[in-house]
Amino acid sequence: MTLATTSAPPRPGLREKLQDALPKIVLAPSFAAILVFVYGFILWTIYLSFTNSKTFPNYELTGGLAYQRLWNWTFESDPPSSWYYSITNMAIFGVLYVGICLVLGLFIAILLDQRIRGEGLLRPIYLYPMALSFIVTGVAWKWFLDPGLGLEATLHNLGWTSFHFDWIKNKDRVIYTVVIAGVWQASGFVMAMFLAGLRGVDGEMLKAAQIDGASTFQVYWRIVIPILRPVFLSAFIVLAHMAIKSYDLVVALTSGGPGGSAWLPSNFMYEYTFKRNQMAIGSASAVIMLMTISAIIVPYLYSELREKK
Amino acid sequence: MTVRTKLIAGVALAAASLGLAGAAQAQTKEVQMLHWWTSGGEAAALNVLKQDLAKEGYAWKDVPVAGGGGDAAMTALKAMVAAGNYPTASQMLGYTVLDYAAAGKMGDLNDVAKAEGWDAVVPKPLQKFAVHDGKWVAAPVNVHSVNWLWINKAVLDKIGGTEPKTFDDFVALLDKAKAAGVTPLALGGQDWQEATMFDSVVLSTGGPEFYKKAMNDLDEASLKSDTMKKAFDNLAKLKAYVDPNFSGRDWNLTTAMVIKGDALVQVMGDWAKGEFKAASKTPGTDYVCMRFPGTDGSVVYNSDMFGMFDVPADRKAAQEALAKATMSKSFQSAFNVVKGSVPARTDVPDTDFDACGKKGIADLKKANDGGTLFGSLAQGYGAPPAVANAYKDVVDKFFNGQIKTSDDAVAQLVKAIDEAK
Repeated sequence: MTLATTSAPPRPGLREKLQDALPKIVLAPSFAAILVFVYGFILWTIYLSFTNSKTFPNYELTGGLAYQRLWNWTFESDPPSSWYYSITNMAIFGVLYVGICLVLGLFIAILLDQRIRGEGLLRPIYLYPMALSFIVTGVAWKWFLDPGLGLEATLHNLGWTSFHFDWIKNKDRVIYTVVIAGVWQASGFVMAMFLAGLRGVDGEMLKAAQIDGASTFQVYWRIVIPILRPVFLSAFIVLAHMAIKSYDLVVALTSGGPGGSAWLPSNFMYEYTFKRNQMAIGSASAVIMLMTISAIIVPYLYSELREKK
Repeated sequence: MTVRTKLIAGVALAAASLGLAGAAQAQTKEVQMLHWWTSGGEAAALNVLKQDLAKEGYAWKDVPVAGGGGDAAMTALKAMVAAGNYPTASQMLGYTVLDYAAAGKMGDLNDVAKAEGWDAVVPKPLQKFAVHDGKWVAAPVNVHSVNWLWINKAVLDKIGGTEPKTFDDFVALLDKAKAAGVTPLALGGQDWQEATMFDSVVLSTGGPEFYKKAMNDLDEASLKSDTMKKAFDNLAKLKAYVDPNFSGRDWNLTTAMVIKGDALVQVMGDWAKGEFKAASKTPGTDYVCMRFPGTDGSVVYNSDMFGMFDVPADRKAAQEALAKATMSKSFQSAFNVVKGSVPARTDVPDTDFDACGKKGIADLKKANDGGTLFGSLAQGYGAPPAVANAYKDVVDKFFNGQIKTSDDAVAQLVKAIDEAK
């Protein structure tokens, strides 16, 4: 760009040149920062995953030993290895969290879209959980779900003594409590996205459908939801990467769960890198997380860029 | 082009000068300290040290750590050291000191150590962590021990129990409490709490020799032995006495159960005493502190140390002053009275300590002389963190039922330790 302009016959003045370069100058620091602190460190992490780094980085390449470990742990289900827990929980949590948030968010949005009274009051109520940090959500739900403290104890005090809900203390169920808390937090946000989408739907089209005799269900299923496709896509991307990044919720809500049964890959990565001084294994797990996110984000970016052509 | 280069150069220069300014601020009359002692009692105890140093003209500067707890501090320390920006000293645990020393990041305190005669007064097993390659690199602040029982005296009297002498006595006592409708064993179901209790169970089951071989030397034959299996069986027995709601509970809430009389006993390190103290309870009348049954005479310890970094020569004097003040008898006594631990030197008078503290000091001296002072594996003084955490994993999974038999537990333990080495 600069080369092309400088070689052009009528030499532009300093002012034009500066104006031309201004966006680049302004962007340069953040560009450099991203280049180093995001992509540079991604490369660094990939490099470390092929070394034998323990407490401190060690730059001698030793091959894919860390990946071999993870691969072996992937199949250790009895007793479950920490890595096995991490990835199976990721699958359970990812599918349920994204799925329930989408369905619930859409459902609430459709209900709110019926021009009901008091919408202005209801909308923020659903949306506010998103304003909380995961730590707050985690601690609040931890107390609420604790059998000796929250829901179960309250119902026992009220006389319903046969009520039992101890999932948060149950090694096979604890991951579902993470889903519950996560859904509570994010579904309002998804609702807001869908609500915006619904408000953009052309009312004339719906009226036409109704005149043609379509039931309300048919109108939503055949017309409205297909129109909302881009919203689904954005909501999915937002939720999917939040699911993969989830760390603080598990720590605050379950402190890892009984026998480490609530771990997600991010917990695994932190534990191994910083607490167990197995930096190579931690890096390898981070690389695998990155590949998982890429598998979701890259097709999305690809389809977005293609559409814009 | 030139504008851009100039701009970049300008920014770089500004950054460099900021950096220089930062370095110049690290004054020679200042002690930069990284620690996570921020709670009331601990902070008060550290104030003693701050004042001692102020008297000698050294200012105290806390290195800020975002988020409490040792993990956050260790992560911050790792970043600081990697950037070559050493604090004067940092609160550190066991093998972390040795890791940093092996990486050549620690200073040399031998001058102070010689002048003050640390070699003679600091318990020998502690020196393994404070001395690297013949050089003193850390000043131990305290010695905690983990093989303690904390019993609510009122509950003990109510159920007509006596202090248990053996593991079987202990189980019988727990049965009594269960029959009386009290939660017998207060336990917080977090891996380190379960593993800390298991340290005591192993010592009680196998005796001092066995503990050392299995938990400190990581001798495979001992880890696989029937004694180890028996230890796991004993741990499984204790599982019957915890309340259904134990999982994930914090240790201090667990101690509160004993203080309030909701539970009979907790197996926990002597930091639990701080909670009793904060609730204005007196040892002997309100609660009983005793060694885990079958472990009297041995001490399973962990210790907080101030690791001293390889600071530039102009900051060395401040560091030596800190080391000297840390190891002074007056500070060791004042600090540990508050903290619940015992001094990291054996020649500190026990006059200011309560009954439990006096017993702790006497036990430490006896264990040091008799060679029965062992590092706690759960607390990171038995083996490096990778191994210690692998051990905690196995104990946690056994206690929560993912590992079903003691045979499996032993096999898993050997495998996990092997993988972590």
